[in-house]
This record gives sequence, structure tokens and C-alpha cells, in this order.
Amino acid sequence: MRRQFVKTVESLMAKDERLVLLLGDIGVFGFRNAFKQYPERAYNIGICEQAMTSLAAGLSMEGLIPVLHSIAPFVVERCYEQLKIDLCYQHLAANIVSVGASYDYAALGCTHHCPGDISILQALPGMQIVIPGHASEFDRLFNSAYSNSSPTYFRLSERSNQENYDVEFGKARIIKSGDKATIIAVGSILDMVIEAVQDLDVCVLYYTTVSPFDDYTLRENCKSGKIVLMEPYYSGNMINDIHATLGEKSISIKSVGVPNKFLTDYGKVEEHDVSIGLTPSNVRKQVEGIIRAR
Amino acid sequence: MVTQVQINRLKKQIIKATVPVEEGHIPSAFSILDILWVLYDQVLHIDPSNPKNDDRDRFILSKGHGALALYAVLAEKGFFPTSELERFATFNSILGGHPDRNKIPGVEASTGSLGHGLPMGVGMAMGMRIRGVSSNVYVLVGDAECNEGSIWESALLAAHHKLSNLTCIVDYNHSTDRALLLGDIALKFSSFGWFASTIDGHDHDAIYDALIKRKTDRPTAIIAETVKGHGCKPMENNPAWHHGAPTHEDLPSILEELS
Repeated sequence: MRRQFVKTVESLMAKDERLVLLLGDIGVFGFRNAFKQYPERAYNIGICEQAMTSLAAGLSMEGLIPVLHSIAPFVVERCYEQLKIDLCYQHLAANIVSVGASYDYAALGCTHHCPGDISILQALPGMQIVIPGHASEFDRLFNSAYSNSSPTYFRLSERSNQENYDVEFGKARIIKSGDKATIIAVGSILDMVIEAVQDLDVCVLYYTTVSPFDDYTLRENCKSGKIVLMEPYYSGNMINDIHATLGEKSISIKSVGVPNKFLTDYGKVEEHDVSIGLTPSNVRKQVEGIIRAR
Repeated sequence: MVTQVQINRLKKQIIKATVPVEEGHIPSAFSILDILWVLYDQVLHIDPSNPKNDDRDRFILSKGHGALALYAVLAEKGFFPTSELERFATFNSILGGHPDRNKIPGVEASTGSLGHGLPMGVGMAMGMRIRGVSSNVYVLVGDAECNEGSIWESALLAAHHKLSNLTCIVDYNHSTDRALLLGDIALKFSSFGWFASTIDGHDHDAIYDALIKRKTDRPTAIIAETVKGHGCKPMENNPAWHHGAPTHEDLPSILEELS
């Protein structure tokens, strides 16, 4: 996804003179062509995420479209108030693109983990949140949302689904139809879900935009009222949206994702997956459990 | 002399605005009123009837709690009717305790949380350079605001990118000396690569002279030595007045101080 991010942004910089790239001293080599071709619109701002975010707001006030980039904890948590006041409250267009989703940088430890980014960003009115599951999906989603006059967070992951889908900004996609339960899969967790439930009579909805929430697709595809929510970050973020959508119905929700605790081990991403139960076998167990439940 | 009469008239408007709502940062406003007056009266190229004009100069009040001074000056210059001051901080007023760009004609940035205005000004100055707009950006920060790390991140960035179209004015009223001693702020900005000077922040000629001086290869910092609550003796350097309004009963005697 990172390579696609570079390709997509460099391609847009050639077409749209409003685009300005701001790097938090991350991805500088990757964007070497942008620095060469558009020196007046490509900046390595340095490691000062608070000023970088406010600076982006200033650029946006001038009619430009900034793209801010750093590792998730630094471009979300370090500068949270700047995202809130300078971008969201002031209704300014900007694109925040992070790498290092959840525990992608497992071996680097908790300072570089960020499974809490989505829950805190969802608390910001006006913040759009996009979680592609494949590089091609990032390209499609970025192209359709980067200039829509709202701050938008794009969460890139080191992980990718095998297949890419023709996703649309703001819309969920039906991957599989079925009656006994509805599985909501967000971003790069889709492959695990498909592996776990492909032979079960369940519906799989694939969300690559978390905010704004596509309530219509859920409402039309949840006859059972039984939902397994699969999120690759702190679990349960979408529960409020689900309740707001289906509130009048009797529903049961099983939420699977990253538990709300520090993952203090190192090693590989896959080892953490096993440790916290993000495996196809556990997903299947959860789905079968909710199907059986009365 | 005429100007001093005008400044006192604005100060009276500011005080009166706070009384009905028992709200406002009067001493902070008085600390910066002379600077804002000189900016809007003599320096900024901006048309109150067309405050979004692309070639206007931009001003950001980064210490947003000094908003009443900005409101009084903007109203005096015709950005909105002076009668709006009478509705200050009421439920559906456009004028709140801190300035809001989405409500108030002439306000460039919504501020209030300290340390945001200067980096936004850096972004505006960079953006204007990218777009080929030759106007200038002025940002007023407080000395207490200079406790924030983002101010010094911005100082590094503005110097590194040689933003000669950016001026930062520091309202040095020493209200934060009780927390952190800032020492020679001009020296600090100079060492970051800015063209910096220190002036009397209540001397209109000195303010004007400093505002029109700039270098072509670096941003400008003006450290304005000021008195918090300037011109109203009971309020001057009196922390009890930092966030407070006179009562209806106290109002005549407070206004008398400005006569």
C-alpha cells in the first residue's frame, strides 16, 4: 500500500496543482521523485507533527490540499488537538495518511503501535475515515475523496487482502450473501473473514469507509439481527453506528478486534494475531456461536 | 492624542461588552489593543467590505483569549456593526470568548487553544508563496503561549523555509513569568534565524516602525513589551482580573479609570 500511496499522490500532484505533500520525516526516499519534480509542493517538514498539522490547516485556508504523512501514533495521537480544532472545527480539507496500522510494527513496541486511532478519530465531528484493504482500493478511494473539502484519514496497513474490490468511498460492499448472520469486515481483515466463513450461510459486508458510515447497506443486509463485527483495531468502534442503524430491531452483536490493552510483546504481527485471537478458527467459532445463539 | 482618545473609547466598549455576560479577558485585550490598532489602521492591506479578497494581508490572533481587542478593532474598521459587541458571548452571538473564522467577518483562524495560530500562519505564508500571492501574514502570540512547543516548532520551520512574508508579534506582558521565565525572547527568535527586535508595545510609532521593517530572507519577530490591563490601573498586572468582568455597580468607577 505504501508504494501505491507514492504512485497515487505523485500522479495527482502532476494533475492537481493544489496538492501539497508534507512528510513527518517518513517516506522521504519513497517520494524522491515528488521532491525532484515538485519542490515547491513537497516538503519534509521534520519531526514536529503538531506544527505540521496546523501548518496543513494554514495551507488549506489558502485553497491548497495538504497530504500529511507519518506513522499512525505520531500523525494521530501526537497532534490530536490540532486535528480536532485546526482541521475539523475549521472545516478544512486535508488528507492524513498513516502507516503502521495497529501493531504492524510489532517488533518496535507499544510506542509505535496505534490500535486506538480509529476510536479517537471517530470522536471528531467531520473527520472522514478510510481503511483500504488493498493497494488498488487505496488508489480508488484516495482519488474519490482527497478533494472533497473535509479532513480525511487514510489508514494504510502493511497487510493486504489477496483480492481487491471495486470499492466506493462511503459505501460498503456485499462480498457474500447469506441469512444466518451478517459479518462486518473492515479493511485488511477481510481475507481472514472469508477464510473463516466461506462455507457458512452468512452475509459478509466489506467496509473500507468507516466514517461516514454506510447505514443503508447494513440495514438492507441484516435480516437475522445477528452481527459479528470484525475490526483490525480496538474492537467495538462501529457498535454505535450499528445501533443507530438497526436500533429499532432486536439485535445481537459479537465484536472481534484488538483488545483494549497494551500489546507488550514484540515478534511478528502474526504472533500477535494468534495471541489476541485474530485467527480464522476463532472468527469461525464466534460466527458459529452467534448463529447458534437464540 | 486623538488616537489615545480613540483607544480609550475602544477600551470602554470592551469593558461594557463584558458586563451583561460576566465574561471576558479584559486585561489580555488591553495588553494588545495598541498593536492591533496600528496593524489595522496603518499596516494591513485589507478591505472590510471584501474580507476574503485573495490579495489581502492575513492576521491571526493566536492568543485567542484577547478576542475582545480584535472584535473592537474589527468593528471600528467596519467588518461588522459595533452593536455586535453588545451581544458578546451571548448564546447566538457571532462573537464568542475566542474568535471563530466561520462566524466573524475578518477573522482568519479559529483560535483559543494556545500554540495553534503561529503554525497555521506558517502554513498560510507557505501557501501564499506556493500560489504566488505577495501579501503578508501577521500572527500575534502571547508570552505564555511561548511555553508551547508548537511555537518553537513553528519558529524552526519559518526560518528554515525563509518565510519573509511572516511576522510574529509576541505580546510580552510577563504574565507567565510566575511559571516559566522566558528571558530575552528576541534573542531566542534571532537564534532560530528570525529578524527580531524588541519594542514598547504601547508606543504606536514604535509598533508601526517595527511592523514595516522586514528582511527578504527570513521571518520577522517583534517582541512587544506590554502591560497586561494597560491603561486601567486596577487591572494592570492584577491576576484577579485575568478572566473577570466588572459588575454593574463597579462599572462607572472602572470606566472613570480610562477617562
